[in-house]
Amino acid sequence: MSSPGFPLQKVSLVMLLVIAAGCASLPAEKPTLYQQFGGAAGVNDLANAFIMRLAEDPLVVDSFADTDMDQFHGHISDQFCNLMGGGCEYTGRDMVEAHQGMNIDPRQFNALVEDLMQAMDDVDIPQGAQNRLLQMLAPMYGDMVQ
Amino acid sequence: MRKSLVNGMLILALAIPTQSVLAKSRILATGGASPIEGGGGGGISPWAVIAGYASTSEWGSSVFATKVATDDLQLDVAGVALGFNNRFELSYAEQSLDVDPLGLTLRQKVYGAKVKLFGELLYTKMPQFSLGLAYKKHRDPAVPELLGATDDSGTDVYLSASKLFFAAVADRNLFLNATIRSTAANETGLLGFGGPEDSRSIVFEGSVVGFLNDQWVVGYEYRQKPEHLSAVAENAWQDVFVGYFHNKHLAVVAAYADLDEVAGLPDQTGSYLSLQITF
Repeated sequence: MSSPGFPLQKVSLVMLLVIAAGCASLPAEKPTLYQQFGGAAGVNDLANAFIMRLAEDPLVVDSFADTDMDQFHGHISDQFCNLMGGGCEYTGRDMVEAHQGMNIDPRQFNALVEDLMQAMDDVDIPQGAQNRLLQMLAPMYGDMVQ
Repeated sequence: MRKSLVNGMLILALAIPTQSVLAKSRILATGGASPIEGGGGGGISPWAVIAGYASTSEWGSSVFATKVATDDLQLDVAGVALGFNNRFELSYAEQSLDVDPLGLTLRQKVYGAKVKLFGELLYTKMPQFSLGLAYKKHRDPAVPELLGATDDSGTDVYLSASKLFFAAVADRNLFLNATIRSTAANETGLLGFGGPEDSRSIVFEGSVVGFLNDQWVVGYEYRQKPEHLSAVAENAWQDVFVGYFHNKHLAVVAAYADLDEVAGLPDQTGSYLSLQITF
C-alpha cells in the first residue's frame, strides 16, 4: 500500500472540460441572439426594465444622478443590439471612458449584473439567451471596475 | 476556550446582518454550498469561492447542517462560516461519524481559513484562486491510534481554482473547480492523522457543476484520498448532486455519495443531504 496513484484520467477529463468550455463556439443554425431577445422591440423593453431595476437599486442609483436617462436608454439599447448581432451602431463613449472616475467597485458591478438578470426575467428572456448576453458583457468588468 | 470561540463566531454570524443589511451583493450561488469540512465549496471538496454573499467591504455568513448516511456509516456535520470583502473566510465545523457495526462514534473539529489570492470567479478569464488551511482536531483518538494513526490533529493546506463559464454547454453556465491538497488526514481526519505507510500526501479534488438555471444545479465531485494506514484501506470519494438555491438565504443539496471502503467496511454508498442558511 504505497501512496495513491494520481488519477490522471480524471484530471485530464476536468482539463479537457475547461478547454472545451473555453473554446465552445455557438452552433450556427439557431435564431440569432438578437431574435431571441425579440429584435428592436424586445431590446427596447429590456432597456426599460433594466432602467427600472437600476432606479430601485440603492447600490447604483446614485451613480445615475447626473445621467440623461433618455440618452442612457439609447446607448444601452444600441450596445445590446450591437453585441447581439442586430446591426446597430453604438455611438456612446467606450466603456472605460464612460465609467472613469465613477469608482465603481465589485459590489456595484455585481449589483448591475443582478439588476440586468432580474430585468431579463422581467421581460421573459429564455435562460440560454440570458447566459449568452452575460457571457458577452462579463469582460466589461475590467473596463468598468477600477 | 474552544467553546467560547465557537460561541463568539456564532454571535458574530448572527449579529452581522443587523450591522450591514446589504451584505449580500454577490450573485446567487457564488458562495457555493457547504462542504463537510466547512467554508464555501461543494459537498466533499472546498472551492476557491468565499462562503456567503459578501462583496466589497461587506460581511457575509453561513451556517449549515449535513447528513451522510451509507449502509454502515452516518456522518453528521454542522458548521458556521464568515466571509469578508469576498476575500477572507473563517470557518468552523464539527463532524460526528457513527460506525454502526462497531458501535463507534468518531468526532472531530475543523477550523478553517481561506484567502482569495487573485482572479475572479465570474468576470475575468483568469480563474479565481484561493489558498486555504484546515486545522483538524480529533476528539476520540483511541480508535484511530489503534489503527496506526500517529497524530490526533493535523493541518490541511489546499490551493483551489474556480471558474464559471457563461453559456458554455447548450447555452447553460458551467462551473469547474480543481483543488490540490496537502494532508496528513486519514478519512478526512476521522481516522486520525499520519500512519505507518506515510505521514502526508498530496491529493487532487475536482468538481463539475452545470447550472440548469440560476437556482438549480447538477454536478459531480471527485476527491482523491491518501493511504497512510496499513490496517484499513482508504479510497477516493465521489458523488453526484442536485442543488437548489432558493434565494441568498437558503440552499439545499442532495447527493448520491460513493465512499467506497471506509474503516474496513466495503462499498459504502448512500445519501447526502445538506441544508445551508446564508445571511
